[in-house]
Amino acid sequence: MKELYRELATIVGPEYVSDQAEERYIYSMDPGTMPPAAPDLVVMPNSTEEVRRIMQAANRHRIPVVPLGAGLVLSGLSRALHGGIILDMKRMNRILEINEMSRYALVEAGASQGMLQAHLKKHHPGLKHSAPDAPPVATIAGNVSIHGSGHISHAHGFHSDMLNGLEVVLPTGEVVRIGSCATSDYWFARAPLPDLAGLFLGWAGTTGIITKLAIKLYPNHRFNDVGVFVSEDPELVPDILHRMTGTQMAEDITAWMTPKPDWARGFLHCNINYGANTKDELIWKRNLIRASVKDYIDRKIAGFMPLPSAMKAPFLDVPGRILTRFADVRKGGGFEYVGAIMPVELFPTAYHRGLEIAEQAAVSYSLGARVIGINHCMMFFYAYAFNRADDADVRRAQQALEETNRAVVDMGGIPWKAELPAQKEILRKMDPNMVALMTRIRAVLDPNGIMNPGNWEVD
Amino acid sequence: MQYEEILHRCFRCGYCKLPGNYVDFNCPPYQAFRFETYSPGGRMWLLRAWLDNKIELTDRLQEIIFSCVNCGNCMAHCTFPKFKDQLLPAFTAAKAELVNAGRVPPVIRDCLTRLYQSGNAYGRSPKKREQWTRGIEIERFGNQDYLFFVGDVGAFDTRGQEIARSVVRCLKANGISFGLLGAAEISDGNEAGAMGETELFRHLAEKNIQTFNALGVRQIITLSPHGFHVIKNEYPRLGGNYQVFHYSQILAPVLQKTAFRTDLPPVRVTYHDSCYLGRHNLEYGSARKMLSAVPGLELVEMERNFQNALCCGGGGGNVFTGIIGSGLDTAARARVREALASGAQVLAVACPQCAVMLADAVKVENLDGRLEVRELSEIVNSRFEAK
Repeated sequence: MKELYRELATIVGPEYVSDQAEERYIYSMDPGTMPPAAPDLVVMPNSTEEVRRIMQAANRHRIPVVPLGAGLVLSGLSRALHGGIILDMKRMNRILEINEMSRYALVEAGASQGMLQAHLKKHHPGLKHSAPDAPPVATIAGNVSIHGSGHISHAHGFHSDMLNGLEVVLPTGEVVRIGSCATSDYWFARAPLPDLAGLFLGWAGTTGIITKLAIKLYPNHRFNDVGVFVSEDPELVPDILHRMTGTQMAEDITAWMTPKPDWARGFLHCNINYGANTKDELIWKRNLIRASVKDYIDRKIAGFMPLPSAMKAPFLDVPGRILTRFADVRKGGGFEYVGAIMPVELFPTAYHRGLEIAEQAAVSYSLGARVIGINHCMMFFYAYAFNRADDADVRRAQQALEETNRAVVDMGGIPWKAELPAQKEILRKMDPNMVALMTRIRAVLDPNGIMNPGNWEVD
Repeated sequence: MQYEEILHRCFRCGYCKLPGNYVDFNCPPYQAFRFETYSPGGRMWLLRAWLDNKIELTDRLQEIIFSCVNCGNCMAHCTFPKFKDQLLPAFTAAKAELVNAGRVPPVIRDCLTRLYQSGNAYGRSPKKREQWTRGIEIERFGNQDYLFFVGDVGAFDTRGQEIARSVVRCLKANGISFGLLGAAEISDGNEAGAMGETELFRHLAEKNIQTFNALGVRQIITLSPHGFHVIKNEYPRLGGNYQVFHYSQILAPVLQKTAFRTDLPPVRVTYHDSCYLGRHNLEYGSARKMLSAVPGLELVEMERNFQNALCCGGGGGNVFTGIIGSGLDTAARARVREALASGAQVLAVACPQCAVMLADAVKVENLDGRLEVRELSEIVNSRFEAK
């Protein structure tokens, strides 16, 4: 390891590589419940060339490499399960190009959501990107690579759907461009070439290191508003979502239920965020959304919550700062969630099962679902808070998460950014030929098995 | 350790690393070193791990703990109400724990020793404290309206002395009545406190309070925002109650009636908010008001200003200890690059420590001739109408 340390210090500079106990401790875990797994080294590259040389060195030494963005995945995907190198990508955070006409941004893999948001606000105020609910330090590459979603995902789908192209360093050190950038100076689309981006999306960093990516940008509306539609009956939610999404007027639709404060308990709130370029257009959109659920309002079984401006502000905040506060519900700095990708019609089942699990496990919880696409699916979240200083509380949350993951798979959903136990659940149910294909692909791309080993592996 | 009960409550969401507008990282040690260990959240978790005996107190852990420059960005931008107010106190308490255990980096130890032995962070003889006044006539404090408290940097650092003289000239030109303590002044104690040496802070503060009270001081003008902060906010709990002003707060209103030259070429100026005026005391207006009173100055803002301002990196004793180094990504170097990007020719400061840090950064960044660091009164004085 000492020889590798010296090689890495030569590549990135001695100040950007550490084998010290402090870095090994902090990089051994994320804020979720997964147990720590310490790396031997933490390395911070500053260019694709440095990543390429690091991968070559790691291959020579047969040392595992785990890429890391902001470390906010919460499900422990960036832990060094077999030791080796954590590759902290955040020094590679340059915004390389904004193409205003073709509406895309080309960024390095360590660029954060917040940095891009600020850059667009200042230099291209007519454009925006889809921001996840994660804090603004979260990296764009990290979120795209796990099939994240964000505040315009109802209108435009998963963040991986918004990907135009990638630059990737393969486990063996070759630098590959994927999408239009493979044959053109423009990063405008993944079509019409064979779409190899899938080799690096949803694999939890087991197939290569993303070093650059281009994502689609969208018009940034001058006027934005939010409505909150409330009902008590989870059975109604799929139809409510179906009606609202059918209008295609909103950009984001998220249903949620939280037992605290007491007045909110049992009520299913549906946040509908929409934007427009004029006030008239905004009102027109609002009216169309309202008309889609008029039947429920007339029957007095659901309705829009009156919202003064001050109450709207947190719902319009991108990313929503207030969401992070869930981590302090138990005065313990922790929460983790199962984000289950599933069909919208499963909402009532998913909801009831979530309540059962949370109340049985006696964990603090919040439940809800973000619609992806025009009701094409949803990311149903089961968020459980825990007190990091209380081992029993952490275990309770862990058990609730594991049970939820099992329930989701049994229901017909798929846990997103799945923890190790959830990966096992998914693999248990996955078409064996897909499992075999995944294994073959990894063997081809990563002959020495050094990329984030331990993840997506069959026992 | 004081505040140890809150350490585990940090979720490490990372808002503390950023300004409110997210344009770049805004935590000086994290920006300089880039390892998560140097972020506020990393520091919280490391402290918890150390107290739980999961990690040892190594030289590196000491460096990580003392690399916090007390800029307050984390407290300004943490999203957890109440908890956020305890972040800096917790980091200072951790430093205090290490000081009490005698386990501090050598540069910190040496600085504290100088403060203890000489009453100033430079280790200079107290008799030399008045040398900065050479060439200008300033009375000892007697029955004037204000005591002018110059502080260590103004008294001993060459650049600080220039600034102190300039501020004095500006105060005098505007008819402000003030006097000095001379050799009786000692360190205000702010940096001792920020480095966790709470007893030394108390000793220095109490000694100053005794001097102030013996002379009947009621109103104090400080040169340094650090002194302003500590005398205003910390001395009262030790029995020292005074009306405390930073000099910009005194000069801003009077300059509105001052006659300035109008024949000088225009200059584009950007103002660097000092942490101890801005985030710690929410004083953002006076310096800008001073500058806007001067004809021919075009005030432009940097991307990070007011509550989002990037620190110069000099707080927490770092101006004396250099614990966060002078690398490419240190706060001072990033700050002068940002000032240049704003289109400014002059980077205005209201703090002698900021002046020292940023002037050094201009040199290291090879920006001489393109960006000049000037203290507020220097800019003002250069445009007074000759009488």
